[in-house]
Amino acid sequence: MIQFPGAHSAHDPAGPQAVLVHRLGDLLYAIATVVFVLVVTALLIALFRRRAGEAVDDPARERGMATVVAIAAGATVATLVAVLLLSFGTGRRLTATPPPGALQIRVTGHQWWWEAEYRDASPDRWATTANEIHVPVGRPVTLELQAGDVIHSFWVPNLGVKRDMIPGQATSIWFQADRPGVYRGQCAEFCGPQHAKMGFLVVAEPQAQFAAWLERQRDSARTPADSLTRRGREVFLASSCAMCHTVGGTPAGGRLGPNLTHVAGRRTIAAGTLPNVRGHLAGWIIDPQQIKPGAHMPASAIEPDDLRAILAYLESLR
Amino acid sequence: MTTDAIQLDTETLERERRELERSWSSRPGLLGWLSDTDHKSVGKRYIVTALVFFLLGGIEAALMRIQLARPENALLDPDRYNQIFTMHGTTMMFLFAVPILTAAGLYLVPLMIGTRNIAFPRLNLYGYYVYLIGGCLLYAGLLVNQAPDAGWFSYVPLAGPEYSLGKRIDIYAQTVTFTEISALITSVEIIVTVFKQRAPGMSLNRMPLFVWAQLVTGFMVMFAMPWVAVATQFLAADRLVDTRLFDPSAGGEPLLWQHLFWFFGHPEVYIIFVPALGFISSIVETFARRPIFGYPVMVLSLVITGFLSFGLWVHHMFVTGIPQLSESFFSAMSMMIAIPTGVQIFCWIATLWAGRPRFRVPLLFALGFVVVFIIGGFTGVMVASVPYDIQVHDTYFVVAHLHYVLLGGAVFPLFGAFYFWWPKVTGRMLSERLGRWHFWLFVIGVNLTFFPMHQLGLAGMPRRIYTYLPETGWGTLNLVATIGAMTIAASVAVFLVNLMWSLSEGAPAGDDPWEAPTLEWATTSPPPPYNFHLCPTVQGRSPLWQRPADQPVVSGLRTDMREILVTTMLDAEPDSRMRLPEPSVWPLIAAIATGVTFIVLIFTPWGLPLGAVLLTGAFVGWGWPRGKDQRLQRSEERRR
Repeated sequence: MIQFPGAHSAHDPAGPQAVLVHRLGDLLYAIATVVFVLVVTALLIALFRRRAGEAVDDPARERGMATVVAIAAGATVATLVAVLLLSFGTGRRLTATPPPGALQIRVTGHQWWWEAEYRDASPDRWATTANEIHVPVGRPVTLELQAGDVIHSFWVPNLGVKRDMIPGQATSIWFQADRPGVYRGQCAEFCGPQHAKMGFLVVAEPQAQFAAWLERQRDSARTPADSLTRRGREVFLASSCAMCHTVGGTPAGGRLGPNLTHVAGRRTIAAGTLPNVRGHLAGWIIDPQQIKPGAHMPASAIEPDDLRAILAYLESLR
Repeated sequence: MTTDAIQLDTETLERERRELERSWSSRPGLLGWLSDTDHKSVGKRYIVTALVFFLLGGIEAALMRIQLARPENALLDPDRYNQIFTMHGTTMMFLFAVPILTAAGLYLVPLMIGTRNIAFPRLNLYGYYVYLIGGCLLYAGLLVNQAPDAGWFSYVPLAGPEYSLGKRIDIYAQTVTFTEISALITSVEIIVTVFKQRAPGMSLNRMPLFVWAQLVTGFMVMFAMPWVAVATQFLAADRLVDTRLFDPSAGGEPLLWQHLFWFFGHPEVYIIFVPALGFISSIVETFARRPIFGYPVMVLSLVITGFLSFGLWVHHMFVTGIPQLSESFFSAMSMMIAIPTGVQIFCWIATLWAGRPRFRVPLLFALGFVVVFIIGGFTGVMVASVPYDIQVHDTYFVVAHLHYVLLGGAVFPLFGAFYFWWPKVTGRMLSERLGRWHFWLFVIGVNLTFFPMHQLGLAGMPRRIYTYLPETGWGTLNLVATIGAMTIAASVAVFLVNLMWSLSEGAPAGDDPWEAPTLEWATTSPPPPYNFHLCPTVQGRSPLWQRPADQPVVSGLRTDMREILVTTMLDAEPDSRMRLPEPSVWPLIAAIATGVTFIVLIFTPWGLPLGAVLLTGAFVGWGWPRGKDQRLQRSEERRR
């Protein structure tokens, strides 16, 4: 099942916070529309009203205008104070402490991909993945956000979360997905050449499904079952791949690029940029610069046979 | 020096006029041109230079819009795109908007307050050259593929030494420094001129609102600009001598940059907006054919805007995770600044209500300003709301907002001001017909370009992306925005044609083609180098509308040298006479020395000692006493 690129609209809130912001937005639009119509109407009347034989400086009219301007100014102040209080109210509910029992995920922004770590009391049960964050539906999720290099910004429109990831400063926010679905997120703070293609997915699924997924992520990579995948692993470990990527349970332990232990289970590659299918995977391995110019992954001169083997190996990493 | 009526016979007047002409004209030849300290020449040069940068920034905008017209477009690679969007922002903010709006003040303020030249005319010329060098440096960088590429607010650590190699960011930092120097100089010029050189009788409460707006802007520049100069010098130091002020791994603080930058950057928006409010007041007053309603309220609004603009900067940082209490404070301030602007809009509507509007092109642009700007004002209130900002921050919604505010709040008034004051500056009228084409194309273009961007932002499109995936569904609205951008380009083309046409074909303007109330219309179009043959006095807020038959003029100023009348700060009573300096080529030399210093500093810290030597030399030369020049000596002998 390929859901690409995932839902990405603030108009379609899928969590409590996004709903609150959406509601506030609707109210603000309504107020803005009313005020706009009032001001433009007043302006049009001022310009085109009939003025037969009026004196330019009639003192009675000047006094009348002073009253009207004062009332309009008072109404402006009242409206702004109302908007401010509404905004404070929404803000309080957004930032309230998350309900207990929240799932903790640490997300790190890198140039130009996302690392997600699901921690656990015992370190051997930690799971690390990239560019695809699975969460259970209806349970609050606390994100611990940090940056690996420059400032990034974690944003999922449908879930109403955005927070800058600033080097040297860990912050945390929480959200909740109330409906199952695949929601697309994207980096919102300009972070260099591939800022445009720094997406990710949040996959919200029922608790049981999520638990099964997380259990799988905690495992080491599958051992190759046939000769082609075995050869693929050899090529992978012998080439430059292993210098930057980790595959759990193998000597490959690089941390510059995304963890590939269960890469075949992900929906996308290249940080939410392409569907995870064989053709795109091959194109990405051979020449990432074609797809994301400036990305830190170099092109690889791989023999066709080796490439087939590597692809088979990666596709076996479920 | 008295303002008493004295009898002046035609022959004396004519002799005085010739003498004024001799004393105030610039010197002949190239050197004379380079050393011309007339505020009108310097103002015009600023405006022409800034217009060139406006066109360059516009070309950059067009390139971006073409790139984004459809998904996965390959016109620009990310490296080019990132340079171009950074150049667009840097150009429009630092090289176009601030210089052109304050330059309008350099040109108009002395005329509006009835004096012969600006205070410190040589410093003024130096400011222009420094600005010119800064702008050329930035574009020289573009030519050698070293244009800045980290956005006009160049956040660290992306703009720091580790993640931005080459000299791109250093060029950005020094360009900003150049423009800050020039802006600070302009602010000093305006403040001193407004406080000390007003025509007798023009007490502060009779000053045109345009002059008030320029005065408020002057103070805002003075308090805001030093911060960005500090920030960019910190950045340059981090990059050049490894000071690590912004490097978190060495105890530096990336957020410090954001605070310093936005403490300047938000007032900056109002530094652009407040002079434009002054344009609108002048235009509305003239074309409603009555004084602005609620003058004291208008003045207070300008002053309050100036103060409040320093309390908003954190709303650029609502998603950085700063404490909620401070967010609430800045959220409230950001909403409250809508009040003084709202009050001014109400007063303009009242003015038009009570007046008899004439629908000429300048008024059209003023009306366009009101309608387009308030849309930007509403989205401004939205982004001031912390929860709403979380959703739209750093998206195309913000791009829409800031362009509505800046195009609506500054470019509409600026175009209106062009149609309004062009006849004064050149002596010729612009075409009404082309002006209307320009106006309507611009209104349609701006809305077509930027209105869809609100929706794009809410549909998940972040700022500053060089391309997007077809599956995102952003293609259609982006195409609409690109068509809008082409419409804006067409309207600007019509504007340029109008300017060219007017220079050769435009109808002669006469002194006062619009029957406007302020003093700049009391002299010829274009004004002579000495501005006024007989310096005026003022008895009210609309001097040309209440011109009594026996209006006194200033007499007793020497005509054989550049002498001006200095008046008191509050009531503008005649205080003393002052001689302004002659034209000089030293400002140019000092500007070159400044330029060499900062440009060498891009490459090596040795620029500092080198600059110390060069600048000491230049300023000593500038201030070296030269005795009286021969022409003046002859004239004094004649008098004896």
